[in-house]
Amino acid sequence: MCFQQKMIHSLFLINCSGDIFLEKHWKSVVSQSVCDYFFEAQEKAIDVENVPPVISTPHHYLISIYRDKIFFVSVIQTEVPPLFVIEFLHRVADTFQDYFGECSETAIKDNVVIVYELLEEMLDNGFPLATESNILKELIKPPTILRSVVNSITGSSNVGDTLPTGQLSNIPWRRAGVKYTNNEAYFDVIEEIDAIIDKSGSTVFAEIQGVIDSCIKLSGMPDLSLSFMNPRLLDDVSFHPCIRFKRWESERVLSFIPPDGNFRLISYRVSSQNLVAIPVYVKHMISFKENTSSGRFDVTIGPKQNMGKTVEGVVMTVHMPKAVLNMNLTATQGSYTFDPVTKVLTWDVGKITPQKLPNLKGIVNLQSGAPKPEENPSLNIQFKIQQLAISGLKVNRLDMYGEKYKPFKGVKYITKAGKFQVRT
Amino acid sequence: MAASPAYGEEKGGSSSLGEPEYGHDPASGGIFSSDYKRHDDLKEMLDSNKDSLKLEAMKRIVAMIARGKNASDLFPAVVKNVACKNIEVKKLVYVYLVRYAEEQQDLALLSISTFQRGLKDPNQLIRASALRVLSSIRVPIIVPIMMLAIKEAASDMSPYVRKTAAHAIPKLYSLDSDQKDQLIEVIEKLLADKTTLVAGSVVMAFEEVCPERIDLIHKNYRKLCNLLIDVEEWGQVVIINMLTRYARTQFLSPNQNESLLEENTEKAFYGSEEEDAKDAKAEAASLAKRKPYVMDPDHRLLLRNTKPLLQSRNAAVVMAVAQLYFHLAPKAEVGVIAKALVRLLRSHSEVQYVVLQNVATMSIKRRGMFEPYLKSFYIRSTDPTQIKILKLEVLTNLANETNISTILREFQTYIRSMDKDFVAATIQAIGRCATNIGKVRDTCLNGLVQLLSNRDELVVAESVVVIKKLLQMQPAQHSEIIKHMAKLTDNIQVPMARASILWLIGEYCEHVPKIAPDVLRKMAKSFTNEEDIVKLQVINLAAKLYLTNSKQSKLLTQYVLNLAKYDQNYDIRDRARFIRQLIVPTEKSGALNKYAKKLFLAQKPAPILESSFKDRDHFQLGSLSHLLNAKAVGYQELPDWPDEAPDPSVRNVEVPEWTKCTSREKRKEKVEKPFYSDSEGESGPTESADSEPESGSEEHSSSSSSGSSSSDTEEEEEEEDSREQSEDKEEEEEEEEKRPKRKDKDGSRKAVSGSAGSPSEEEEEEEGAKKGKKKAPQGRKGHAETSSEEASTSESSSSGSDSGSEAEAKQRKPPSSKASSKEISLLDLDDFTPPPPQPIPSSSIISTSLVTDLEGLTLTDTSLTPTLLSPAFSAVKTYELLHRMAGEGLAVEYCFSRRPFPGDPHMVAVQIQISNNTDTEVKNLRVNEPKPLSGMRIQEFPEIERLAPGDTASVVMGIDFCDSTQAANFQLCTHTRQFYVSIQPPVGELMAPVFMSENEFKKEQGKLMGMSEITEKLMLPEKCQSDHTIVQQVTSAANVGRVPCGASNEYRFAAKTVTSGSLVLITLERREGSTAQLTINSEKMVIGTMLVKDIIQALAQ
Repeated sequence: MCFQQKMIHSLFLINCSGDIFLEKHWKSVVSQSVCDYFFEAQEKAIDVENVPPVISTPHHYLISIYRDKIFFVSVIQTEVPPLFVIEFLHRVADTFQDYFGECSETAIKDNVVIVYELLEEMLDNGFPLATESNILKELIKPPTILRSVVNSITGSSNVGDTLPTGQLSNIPWRRAGVKYTNNEAYFDVIEEIDAIIDKSGSTVFAEIQGVIDSCIKLSGMPDLSLSFMNPRLLDDVSFHPCIRFKRWESERVLSFIPPDGNFRLISYRVSSQNLVAIPVYVKHMISFKENTSSGRFDVTIGPKQNMGKTVEGVVMTVHMPKAVLNMNLTATQGSYTFDPVTKVLTWDVGKITPQKLPNLKGIVNLQSGAPKPEENPSLNIQFKIQQLAISGLKVNRLDMYGEKYKPFKGVKYITKAGKFQVRT
Repeated sequence: MAASPAYGEEKGGSSSLGEPEYGHDPASGGIFSSDYKRHDDLKEMLDSNKDSLKLEAMKRIVAMIARGKNASDLFPAVVKNVACKNIEVKKLVYVYLVRYAEEQQDLALLSISTFQRGLKDPNQLIRASALRVLSSIRVPIIVPIMMLAIKEAASDMSPYVRKTAAHAIPKLYSLDSDQKDQLIEVIEKLLADKTTLVAGSVVMAFEEVCPERIDLIHKNYRKLCNLLIDVEEWGQVVIINMLTRYARTQFLSPNQNESLLEENTEKAFYGSEEEDAKDAKAEAASLAKRKPYVMDPDHRLLLRNTKPLLQSRNAAVVMAVAQLYFHLAPKAEVGVIAKALVRLLRSHSEVQYVVLQNVATMSIKRRGMFEPYLKSFYIRSTDPTQIKILKLEVLTNLANETNISTILREFQTYIRSMDKDFVAATIQAIGRCATNIGKVRDTCLNGLVQLLSNRDELVVAESVVVIKKLLQMQPAQHSEIIKHMAKLTDNIQVPMARASILWLIGEYCEHVPKIAPDVLRKMAKSFTNEEDIVKLQVINLAAKLYLTNSKQSKLLTQYVLNLAKYDQNYDIRDRARFIRQLIVPTEKSGALNKYAKKLFLAQKPAPILESSFKDRDHFQLGSLSHLLNAKAVGYQELPDWPDEAPDPSVRNVEVPEWTKCTSREKRKEKVEKPFYSDSEGESGPTESADSEPESGSEEHSSSSSSGSSSSDTEEEEEEEDSREQSEDKEEEEEEEEKRPKRKDKDGSRKAVSGSAGSPSEEEEEEEGAKKGKKKAPQGRKGHAETSSEEASTSESSSSGSDSGSEAEAKQRKPPSSKASSKEISLLDLDDFTPPPPQPIPSSSIISTSLVTDLEGLTLTDTSLTPTLLSPAFSAVKTYELLHRMAGEGLAVEYCFSRRPFPGDPHMVAVQIQISNNTDTEVKNLRVNEPKPLSGMRIQEFPEIERLAPGDTASVVMGIDFCDSTQAANFQLCTHTRQFYVSIQPPVGELMAPVFMSENEFKKEQGKLMGMSEITEKLMLPEKCQSDHTIVQQVTSAANVGRVPCGASNEYRFAAKTVTSGSLVLITLERREGSTAQLTINSEKMVIGTMLVKDIIQALAQ
């Protein structure tokens, strides 16, 4: 068979120790040995994140993703947009996550039949068929403890016996006949600050990336419109397919018939013209001395421009240079750990109180004889600020049409550090 | 095998049922013995008549398949269950069958009849799934059966089955390519399908079976463009990629003339381009003036309809659009994709990897596009190395004279990184910046020289290599550096670096005449321990020195050549022999000897450091081939633009099948509320903006300006029309349609300016009414519609047709000429005579002045009893009763016409607008089983016998809501379906206006104090300060009548509830600043409270 075989031919799931623990073929069977090329590349890459996502082998192409300690390796025979496959594989991983609560080897092995049924529905002849979680859930019910007990007693199955209607409708993301006694719609506005702060504390680069994650439990076919007080803040937006693009274009209103359950409504970037408020500052003094094979480490974190809210959940992680043997530090607040194998220092600070700034300082022990590290490590900071969208974005109102009940509505704001890095 | 306990556990539940012990796992039994036994008990279970046992067995078999175990010997036992009733068993059997049918072809045939039966099932889902499995069984003998099944399914009623048929085509093709011709017929047929469900799948089939038959696309091109936005995301990717190829064969290059312009202009071009809609437009305009190139409207259609997809959440879709723009759009417009691509950099690292590869290629060709996002490519220490290196590539490509200092500062940070591969790449990047930008060459070189004293050998080595390349450009000035590097030979061990130094010294030995022989001396000493590349360079150095300075180096050279003669590596032996013959003159050596110096010391061109991504764009971006930089199997070459445009008329569709209706009005209506309504972009005012990048504020201002200045609008409309016309090529029909339309546009404008009674008035009215009947009176987008709506309303009231539409809450057009709406002459008052019973709700708002006029005319203090008024004050807001999605093509909307319901004064008249967007006739539309709550009454509308596809009907029904906002529920039935719908009235619609004098008002108000009075303070927003707007907003929120009032800062309104006739009195008093107080007096407290809310909300808007 040397005719064109487009799209995804086979899928192998491989764990970190190199066991192929699941395989699925949508066309003729491809031998597991094709994965040897992948293992080769993996070995060469040393680090898991450096395995190239696309590998070319004599007869196939392997496109892989790495998610939650599992490699999803798909086998392709002909030209196909690589992002198409990558995006699909991530969708598969998302679906597992959605179904089993986690996308782990154990979860997949424990639910191998459901996994197989899902994969069967998601691809037909290698071409994506049903990828919307709402449709899949109509076809194959997610496992729950209760259901598995009931099933084992009654012999009933996880496969939906009602035929899915969502697939047929023009609103494929919403299942039909949704009913709730409590009708609720929650929106989480989550903003992440990506920043690079240089040695002197000035901002090299900063931007705000936001998402609105929704949890919608509304009966029937509600038609929602969500408006913002200041929609012009949003510079670049990507939408869930349910959103009517034209309404957004013309009125800056998000108008949509939502999928049932949890989903990401939009993700956005806040226009770069706006200056990004950086809610924390870091004072650092890290130095290594050659002759004594030791160094000093002194870091203080303080709040700044936090709009009167508390900065909490502060964690600092530092990848120390290889020459570092151990660290003797004292933290005025929180606790720190240093892993001598991976050389990762983690300092769990917790909440920052402006009265007493958290500080971590002490001695770094270096490998004796080794040259002193040239570079200072970057500090990666995580933090959280509740009830604040740092960009100032505010939801104005949510209106529901098409259904008559009064839903309970809630909006939550949270600001987090995204890729927040301080160079030292 | 190792994983087997986990599977065993999963099955634990069933063994507790006390089934016979079939719990043996292959791993638990002996290696040889249990094989048969294991399968025996599975077979036993499959043969049993208990579904639970069968299911259990199938689950275990599937688990085996999942682990790649062979379960083929169970085939006969499994295949028997193909007709099992239990749906899960059946599904698992299918899984098994598809996996093993190829190996057990004869047995697989046993199952075929089941599927054949399934193909005839009345349920579309069963038909589809039967076809799906049947086509997945790779058994060549059933090819004819498959062919037949596909053909039949391709003309199935259900689009879902047709979609499955499209999926089956490539399966059959891969099984038997001889079927190609027949399959192409099916593809051709399915391509003509007009549902979004099928579009993606059939294009996929097209791409696999006959990508070369581009002619099949012509007739479907416009349809595909228009459907695109509603197709599911995976289909979008396939269609966009295919259309990119199509466009390359059918249209002319939009940049053909620009390629003649020199680079400079291009740069200037880009500085301005990035997201300034105006600039781009101006640019385009000026371009158009300069040269005769005119973009094919179909080309424009494609660009316009794909653009919104840049906002997709699916990275593959975004990438597909990006590559389309890159390959097809005029240079000035390509910029829009940058923002979306930069967004993808936040995604998973695999996505980043692919996107960065593509950005790297694009940034070489179109640097300006990504310049504003330079900082988004800055590197974090936590990025994986492969990402870092790609980002570095992009940063280097983006470097120019203005940003180089920033970039170099960034690079300085990177050089200190712990990731040595990355540092090496950074040094290379610095080298490239230095070659490309002359200004910084010396700075870079100095920086690199400093790196030579770096502790890390790799860094030094890489620097040496790069410095070598840089020095080649201007060696004379840098003998110091060469000397410095000569010293490094003592320390550097990296072969490549040593080799580079030796080459440099040899090449420029005249600049370092003293050091060179010394270096050769040292190298001769260590020669035997060097790596091969170093050895070669030592020989090379020796030869060059021999030629320039034979006195000092003759012996050394001989020595080195002798060593090389006995080297283990034959390359080195060969080279030594070769060089000896060339440089050492003997009798035998020929003429070459004379030229040895020329051979060795010729001027060598400096190497050009360029990106490895250069010229990668001859591969279609986003493709696998582009990523691998090699042609992948099945890659479809992206054709070059044709020199002459092929005949564009091939895309004309004589009778546009997908819009069967001939009237443009109807078509518009059909797509009135498509999901991303862009699919019919022609009608929207944003349309013109669509073709350029737009910034939010810009769009706003442009839409408001188009609203306020009518000449502007006209121009735009005309443009639109002409474009539309050329796009649709519905030649004559189109023309005919156009003329009256233009007329009524003019008409409406005349009406606005108050010149009623112009000769064309009557005609317009007719026209308007005709149109109105066809149209759903709802908030719509687009000048065309608005204007025709204006025409229809102009008949009942010429006042403020613009502001009428504005009142519709969903309407986004800002108020246009208010001045005109105030110029109302008494002549126009004929709208107070009850209008002829025609179903269009009038949307008119009356200005304050008119109200006062009216009052003076018709009302005197004599009438002490409040009179019910005809609905003069109405602003019509449409609500959706049945969405066209939910209604399977049947869209129903309703509005409150604010007219008394003829049969019963206690009923609220509800105007219902039904449009049939399906392609079949809908019959017997009626209301069924009204389930009114207690006391509620519904007067059904007369049954509509038939509604042709594309047609719209308007009916009126009456509902007595009993003065409550409870919804009225009923069923809407057609001959095939029934839909549960409900109408919930806004509180403001439960009343009818009454006229009373100020005195009466005060008297009544006095009676309704205390509990019946609700007062609320509010802020009036800026735009809601004028009398006109306040009155308008209040009357739009509730069906009330204005009551004259002496004080200028007070507004009064009165109404009666429809059912019980209780008075509702509204007083709005403006206070200092923008505050105001709203008072409502009514004995119906609930209504009062709700009304307060609604009015405040209306005023706040």
